[in-house]
Parts: sequence; C-alpha cells; structure tokens
Amino acid sequence: MKIAVIGSGIVGSLIAREFSKYDVEVELFEKLPDVGWGVTKANSGILHAGYDDEPGTMRAKYCAHGNEMYDKLAEELHFELKRIGSLVVAFTDDDVKILEDLLERGKKNGVKNLKILSRIEALEVEPNLSREIKAALYAPSAGIIAPWEVAQAAVENAVKNGAKLHLSTEVFNILESGRQYVVKTSKGEFVFDIVVNAAGLWADELAEKAGVKVTPLHPRRGEYILLDQPFLVKTVVFPTPSKAGKGILVLPTVHDTFLLGPTSEDLPPSEKENTSTTPEGISKIIKSVKKLVPSVNISKTIRTFAGLRPENDIKDFVLKREGNVMHVVATRSPGLTSAPAIAEDVVKTMFEGYNVRKKDDFDPYREPIKKVAEMSDEEREKLIEMNPAYGRVVCRCNKVTEGEIVEAIKHGARTLDGIKFRTTAMFGRCQGSFCTVKIMNIMKRELGTGFDEIRKNLPNSKVVDGDVR
Amino acid sequence: MKKVKYDVVVLGGGAAGMGAIKGALSENVKTLLIEREASTGGVLNQCIHNGFGIHVFNQELSGPEYHEMYLEKLGTFDAMYETTVLKVDEKHNLLHAISKDGVYEIEYGALVLATGARERPFEALRISGTRPAGIFTAGLAQHFVNLENKLPGHKAVILGSGDIGLIMARRLTLEGVKVEGVYEIMPYQGGLTRNIVQCLDDFNIPLHLSTSVIKVHGKERLEGVTVAKFENGRPVEGSERFIECDTLVASVGLIPENDLVKEIVEIDLSEGAVVDDLMRTNIPNIFAAGNNVCIHDLVDFVTMEGEMAGKNAALVSKGEKLPERKAIIKEGNNVRILSTKYTTASQAFKLYLRVSKPMGTTALYLNDERIKVVPVAKPSEMIELTLDPSKYKMRGKVILSALEVGK
Repeated sequence: MKIAVIGSGIVGSLIAREFSKYDVEVELFEKLPDVGWGVTKANSGILHAGYDDEPGTMRAKYCAHGNEMYDKLAEELHFELKRIGSLVVAFTDDDVKILEDLLERGKKNGVKNLKILSRIEALEVEPNLSREIKAALYAPSAGIIAPWEVAQAAVENAVKNGAKLHLSTEVFNILESGRQYVVKTSKGEFVFDIVVNAAGLWADELAEKAGVKVTPLHPRRGEYILLDQPFLVKTVVFPTPSKAGKGILVLPTVHDTFLLGPTSEDLPPSEKENTSTTPEGISKIIKSVKKLVPSVNISKTIRTFAGLRPENDIKDFVLKREGNVMHVVATRSPGLTSAPAIAEDVVKTMFEGYNVRKKDDFDPYREPIKKVAEMSDEEREKLIEMNPAYGRVVCRCNKVTEGEIVEAIKHGARTLDGIKFRTTAMFGRCQGSFCTVKIMNIMKRELGTGFDEIRKNLPNSKVVDGDVR
Repeated sequence: MKKVKYDVVVLGGGAAGMGAIKGALSENVKTLLIEREASTGGVLNQCIHNGFGIHVFNQELSGPEYHEMYLEKLGTFDAMYETTVLKVDEKHNLLHAISKDGVYEIEYGALVLATGARERPFEALRISGTRPAGIFTAGLAQHFVNLENKLPGHKAVILGSGDIGLIMARRLTLEGVKVEGVYEIMPYQGGLTRNIVQCLDDFNIPLHLSTSVIKVHGKERLEGVTVAKFENGRPVEGSERFIECDTLVASVGLIPENDLVKEIVEIDLSEGAVVDDLMRTNIPNIFAAGNNVCIHDLVDFVTMEGEMAGKNAALVSKGEKLPERKAIIKEGNNVRILSTKYTTASQAFKLYLRVSKPMGTTALYLNDERIKVVPVAKPSEMIELTLDPSKYKMRGKVILSALEVGK
C-alpha cells in the first residue's frame, strides 16, 4: 500500500512518522527546500495544557491528549521539551471570573493539576510579573518546544523507517484514478492508495482542487520579538484571554532566550506569504508585555519576525475525509499541541477496514545532533577525542561547534537557515555576523559547493553574489 | 582534561589582548593568551584600510600592518588558538575551555578580559518588513570582501554612519558596487570626520542625516528598502522613499562583548565592563581593556589600555597589593560614555569620554572645576582627558560634565 503525505509541518511530519510504523510505503511531499519551514517555523512553540478549548470542539478533543503524547515523543525523537508550566494572569475581578471558567473547562477537557494561585503565590512563581495582578491560573502541564525541531526529528525518523522525502516538490492536485489517486507535483505524477493533505496554509486550496469543499483559510499574522534578557520569566505567561484570542504573551524558549508575542491580525487569503513585520504590531507587543512584565528590556531585542497561522471562520480544526483522501485543515492554535493526537487519529481512521500490520523492526528512536554547550567537561573530552571538530566553537553566541555544523549537514541542512534551525548557530545575539563566513566555509567543504551556490533559505536567497574584481 | 596554570591569562588576542600580553611579559610573569581564532589580530586582520598606529608607531598603518608590527614587538609568548572559554569560575580562578585538542582547565593568577565588541545586528533594530538574504552587518560585509574576495551584492544602501559603515561605503564603491547612500537616523554623523571626508565626500556618496530605513522589501533576496526622514525619533509622514537595492549594510553600533562574565563582573548600561583607572574590574584579579570596556575610536588607545591592564594583572599575580578605589566617576550633564568608572587616585590616568550631543566650543568640568576646553565636541569623537589626583580632588563621587561655551 502506498501513502502520500503532503506538507512537512508539525502535522504532516508526525502523520508521516505514524504511517511509517506500519508495513506500508510512505512518501512525504514538501514544497519548500527544508522541513517545517511554514507555519511550524514561526509560532510560539507552546504545548498548551488544554483549558482554553470549549468542550465539543476538535481542539478540545485533541489538545490535552496531544500534550500528554509529547513526553514519549520527546524521549523517542530527542527534541528539547521543557514542562515549565503556564500562568494566565488576571488584572481585574472580571479576569478572575474568566480564570474560574477556564479552570472548570480545563477539568472537563481532562487537564490535570490546574489551580488558581493568589496574587502572592503567583508573584512567588514569577517575581517579575506586574504587582497589579489579582490572581493567576497555573497549569503545570504546559510546556515549550522548538516546533521545527519536532518536524525535523519526526521526518528523520520516518525516513529512517523507510519513508521517502520529496523536498522542493509542490503538490498541485490530487486526482482520483480508479481506486487510487494521482498526486500531481512540480516533479511529476505519483500514484497512491491513501493521501493525506496537511498543506498548512494551503490545505484548503488543495482540498478544493481535489474537489472537496472545506471552510476556507486565511492567514492570521503573529509578530514576535525574540529577546536576550536573562531571567525574565520561568513559565509561559499569558494575559487573561479575550474574544480575540489568547493574547500577547511572554515565554522562555528552549534555547534560553525569550519570546514576546504574538499579535493576532487576520489577513486576506491572498496574503499567505506575508510575513512582514509592522511598526504597529511591534509597538503593540511592547505595550502589552510591559503591562505583564514591567521590567522587560526591549533594547535586548535579538530580532523581530512574523509567522502566519491557518485560521478559519469556525476557529476549529477540520478533518475531512473523502474516499481515501484525508484533508487536515486549519490546524491553528493549539495545532502544535494537538498534532501527535491528530496524527494518531488520522492514521487509525485511514487504516480502518484494511489489514495493515505494524512493522516488526520499527525503530522509534532518532539520534539528535549533539550539543557540546550542554555537556559536562567529561562528555566533551570524550567527544573531542573521538572527533576534534567538536572542540572548535564556530557560533560564539550559542557555543555551536564545527562538529555540530557538520552533523546538521548530515541531517539534511543545505542552507544557512537549515543549519540555523538545526543547531541554533546564527540564532543568537550577533545574528551570524561572526559565524556566517565560518559556516559557509564548512558547507563549502562538506557539500563541495562555492559561496555563490549557498542560499540563506529559498532558491533566490543568494548570500553573496560574485567575486571581488 | 588537561590542567595548566599561568600567572596571567589574557582572553582575546586583538589589539587590547596583544597589549595585555606585552604588559604582563614586561613584569616577567608566566603569561598565556587564549584566542578563539587561528591567529592574533582580531578585527585588525580584516581592516585593510589605513588610520592605525598614529600614537603607538607614529605612522599611519593598515590594520594587518599594525598587527604585524605590534606582534614583532611582543616576541614569543604562550598561546592557545582556536580555543573557546566556556566558563569563568572566578571563585577558584579557573577557566573551562575547549579546543580541538580537548578540554582544558586553566588556572590563572590574574585574568585580563580583552574580548572586544560585537556589532549590533540589523535584526535587533525591530525595523518592519521581511527578512530576506542580502542584509549584512558592516563587519560581515567587510569580511566577505576583504578576506573571502566575495561581493555581498551589486547595489547597496548603508544604514548608520558609524566608522565601519563609512569604510565599507568606500570599499564597496572601489569594488564596483553601487552605493546609493548612507542613512543616519541621528541629526549628526556616527563616525569620525576624517572618514566622512575620505570615504564619502571623495567618492560622492551622499550622507542623509535624520533619515533611516523604515521597511525592508523582498522575500528571498533583498529587493529594496523604504527610507524616511526622522524627527524626534519618529518617521515623518510623507517623507518615505523607496530605494531599489540588493544589499543593506548595517553599521548601527558596536556592543562591548562581556557575555562570558556578565554574571561575575560589573557591567554598565552600555554593556561595558566597569573598570577603575588601573583597568581593574570589581574582582581584584580580573582586569579588562579595550572595546569590551567601552567602544574606542582609535586602536592605539585600545592597545595602551591593554598594556596597562596586562602590567597590573601581572603585579596582582605576583602578590602585589594595588591601591584601593577612592572615588566613583559619574557621567554628568552632556556626557554619555566614560571609559573609567572608578579611580584609586594613586596616579595620573587617562580617561576617554563621549559627549551626548554635538556641541561647539565645549568646557569639561570635574565637579565644579573646569579642566579642559575643546574647540568642538561630537558624540562620534572621543575626548581624551588626563586626570591627575595631585591637581584635582578625587574622593567620594567625581562628576564629569560638558558645557557648550561657544559656537
């Protein structure tokens, strides 16, 4: 049996990995040159506890369960997961009532260990919070991850278990052909028995082309500030949610920086690539965050960026099956948290009525790229003795070694962003001003290319252009 | 793990670090340089323009020449190259470092921090728009052109009129890159006047003051920027202009690099290590010199600071007791940056300051006493003061301020 998964974001990558547990042929199609570079690359990276979602929604169905599944996933795929907990902070008596509602809702959704903290208790957990707060809802099961790391790890693991990855391959259509499906792509046509459309912001358009009506998507832009200020907060800090959404938050990242944002701005469907930041968005973040955490120091900005989330009018995930094609649409927040549960469910649904066997030799583990910065001196000593490249620090901000850069290339990095999003080199406060040339020289050596062939990310993103005369 | 022990360890082999080595060796102590690159010189190696050495060598040299000549003065010394210190354990006087040879635990009698500065990246400015390829710090563009023989692009806009930006405007022009202009958000230049003349005026490159980039365009590679006039820190509506370009070079400030010691050593608001007139930090056997203390205009002064730091570190490592701090030095009116924040009042010492706005004839005051008058004062040009404790009262709190006394 042949299965196609379209889109290598968090949803597609986990679905592909889930399929790869079975005795089937899996092929994963990605339009971009690397995995997880769409919605997955630029969002808050939060594993939500699951108290936000109204019972009866698809979000409520998958969020809390997805959250629980991440522990095992992190153990198998070796990505960073920190269960740092979250606080929803109330400033008014009305806010406190909303916290009480969220607590009740959380209980209904099966969220464990939720509790409302008094002002004093909340300030003990987060001393940098505004003194003006009244109470906070504490959810210890909330966590943080780097979403792209999960997608990379899941795809690597799927490939290890036999899946085939087609990068830079855009899927144009899915056509029924007898009892099978022809997937038309920029690199030719392929025939499959089962197809899963997890094309993120474009999942609705692909479904439509395949003859299936789904609630249309539009991009919801979220701008962020990445901050290099130590000890800002320990947990994910939310304001009390409003009709507009979860609000602008402050949270640590798994890489020991801090993320402020996102804004929440609905763009027309024609702007699915508009990741431009705006003066209004950035000002709004600063104003909101100062209210939550007055000691925030914006001059410690590392960078600003914007991501797009797939939003629809019903504000809920849509899983629509037509024959043997499943369209997974509008995996907006908490799509990241829900993804493992969605993946499990999609695979189960698609295999109903088939006699598909699990592989005996499925290997659930994925070897991560080593992190010299996080090792003990003894571990470093052993590693450097084996391979001296782990003793040469290339990225000084995040202490990434040459050995790690070479490993990232072996793990599939072909661009500067490919290396950045696998190692955190160029992710730090100097934004690559010191290490870019060193990294390009390593790429040149390892890949046998010239500087002119190296790209930042997409095909036209040349880093340098020609020689000095 | 390899364990080594030195009297003085110098972190960083740029201009300040080389000076520190010389200063330490002059006291005949066992001295080690730790450098993350494969050689000494630091950023001097990519500064192929001239303007170095006027004070140290009485001649104008290029960066690499200055490096070579100073290295000759140094003679032989112990050094570990391509070695990165991951942790300073100041309680036990230990450094944890790694290199291709393995893991090192290095014990020091005294430590000199000569870790220089990093460039503020464009991304840190929170400017709107996309984040395509084609955006460089001036130092990165300089590295590509001067050391890798690669062009960053073909039509460039320079953001910020700091010295490296001005130097790169000229360098790129000489290499056939069309430099559309230099844009400076402040109403005055960021770099030295001589660089404005030699790098912009001589090549007809326009300098647009009170103007900055407000938006970046282009998805994959840079396609252009929108610039606008600025008044009171805000873009003026209607003054926006689109400039087509494939390259944006940002020269928007240097930041003293003290990340390694930020939890140990006192750091000021501009991120410099706080030192006294002996180049000593708040930790008696840790010294600092050069751009990690404050951003200097001239490499010569960086070297001289390094020499003093190295010498004093050597004295401390020998068990000599250096004088204690007697006074704190504070920025007063119109003064933004001070290289020295405490004094022992034990010797005459040099102090560098920057004013916070351009002024004409300017008098400098130590508390209420006028100590120097300069014909012109610009934030971009450091003012050098020699403070002699036998002449001025230096106890408790010393405030240095500047007052415009004539146009």
